[in-house]
Amino acid sequence: MKNIDKNIDFETRSLDTVCINESHLEHKWYHNIKYLIVGLLFGIIFIKAEIISWYRIQEMFRFQSFHMYGVIGSAVIVGVISVFMIKKLNIKTIYAEKIEFHDKKFNKGQIIGGLIFGLGWAITGACPGPIFAQIGTGVTVMIVTLFFAIVGTWVYGYFRDKLPH
Amino acid sequence: MLEFLKQPWPWYIAGPLVGLTVPALLILGNKNFGISANLRHACAACLPANISFFKYDWKKEIWNMFFVVGILIGGVIAFSFLANPNPIIINENLRTELASYGITNINGMLPQEIFSWENLFTIKGFLMMVVGGFMIGFGSRYAGGCTSGHAISGLSNLQLPSLIATCCFFIGGLFMANIILPIILSL
Repeated sequence: MKNIDKNIDFETRSLDTVCINESHLEHKWYHNIKYLIVGLLFGIIFIKAEIISWYRIQEMFRFQSFHMYGVIGSAVIVGVISVFMIKKLNIKTIYAEKIEFHDKKFNKGQIIGGLIFGLGWAITGACPGPIFAQIGTGVTVMIVTLFFAIVGTWVYGYFRDKLPH
Repeated sequence: MLEFLKQPWPWYIAGPLVGLTVPALLILGNKNFGISANLRHACAACLPANISFFKYDWKKEIWNMFFVVGILIGGVIAFSFLANPNPIIINENLRTELASYGITNINGMLPQEIFSWENLFTIKGFLMMVVGGFMIGFGSRYAGGCTSGHAISGLSNLQLPSLIATCCFFIGGLFMANIILPIILSL
C-alpha cells in the first residue's frame, strides 16, 4: 500500500487536488458509515430542494429562476465562513487531527474541462453527485449516464498526457 | 411536521445545509468534499489499465463511495417518504418552450419523455444520456473537480482556480441550454 501511495506524484496531485483524503489515520471500514449518513442527508436535501431537477437546471441557465443561484450562493457563503472558522480557531477533526487545506494550482484544464463539464451539466441536469440521487428517485436509466461519466473519466486518464494543461 | 418536510424546501434552507457539508466532512475526518473523484476511483478500482492516473490507493478514498451510496439511499428515502404531493411548478416560459418540443409531462425530477430506457437508442436520447454523461465525466476530471469540488469546496477555501472552473461550468451550461439543447430537443 505504501508504494502505491507514492504513485500520486506531486504533479498529479496539484492537477487533481480535490477530493483527496487528507487523513493520515487508518480506521476500520465501519468508520465510513458516518460518511454514508452525511451522504444520505445530502441526498434528501438534493431531492427536497429540487437541486437535482433537470427543470431547475434549465431555469438556472435561462435566468428564469433565482432558486439555484440562492442554493449555490448561500452554500458557498456558509462554506467560506466554515473554512475561515476552522482555520482561525484551529478546529481539529473528531480524531484530534489537524485539518489540512491545499491550494489548487491553475491549469488550462479548469477552462477546457470546465466548459465541457458545463455542457454535460446542462444537457443531463446532473453533476456527479445528483446523478446518484436521480437514480434513487427511480430514473434507473441514469445508470447509463453514470456509466458513461465513468467512461469519460477513463478516457481523460488515457489521453491525459496528450491534452493541454 | 411531515407535511412541512414534504413541501419543496426553499433555497435559504437547502443552500446553507449544502454548505455545511464542507465543515462536516472536514471535521469528521479531514475529507475534502468532492464527488467526481468517485468516478476516478471507479476507474482505478475496475480498469486501471496501467494508466498512471489510475494507479493509486483508491481504497484509501473508499469513504467517498460510502458518501455517494448515502446520496443514493437519501434519494430513495426522499422520493418514497417525503415526495411532494403537489405538481412541480416550473417557470411559464420554460413550460411553453418544453411543450413546443413535445415535453408536457413535467412530473418527477427529469422529463420522462426523454430520460427513459426506450429513448436510449434514439439520437436525442443517446446525445442526452450517453454523450451528456461522457461530457460530465471527461470534463469534471479534466477540470480537476465538479460542482462540489470546485464550486462548493474550492470556493469555500477561496481558490481562484475553482472560481475560474465554476465560471467555465456556467459558460458551458449557458451555451448548451440556450443554443445547443433547443436543437437537440427539436430532433
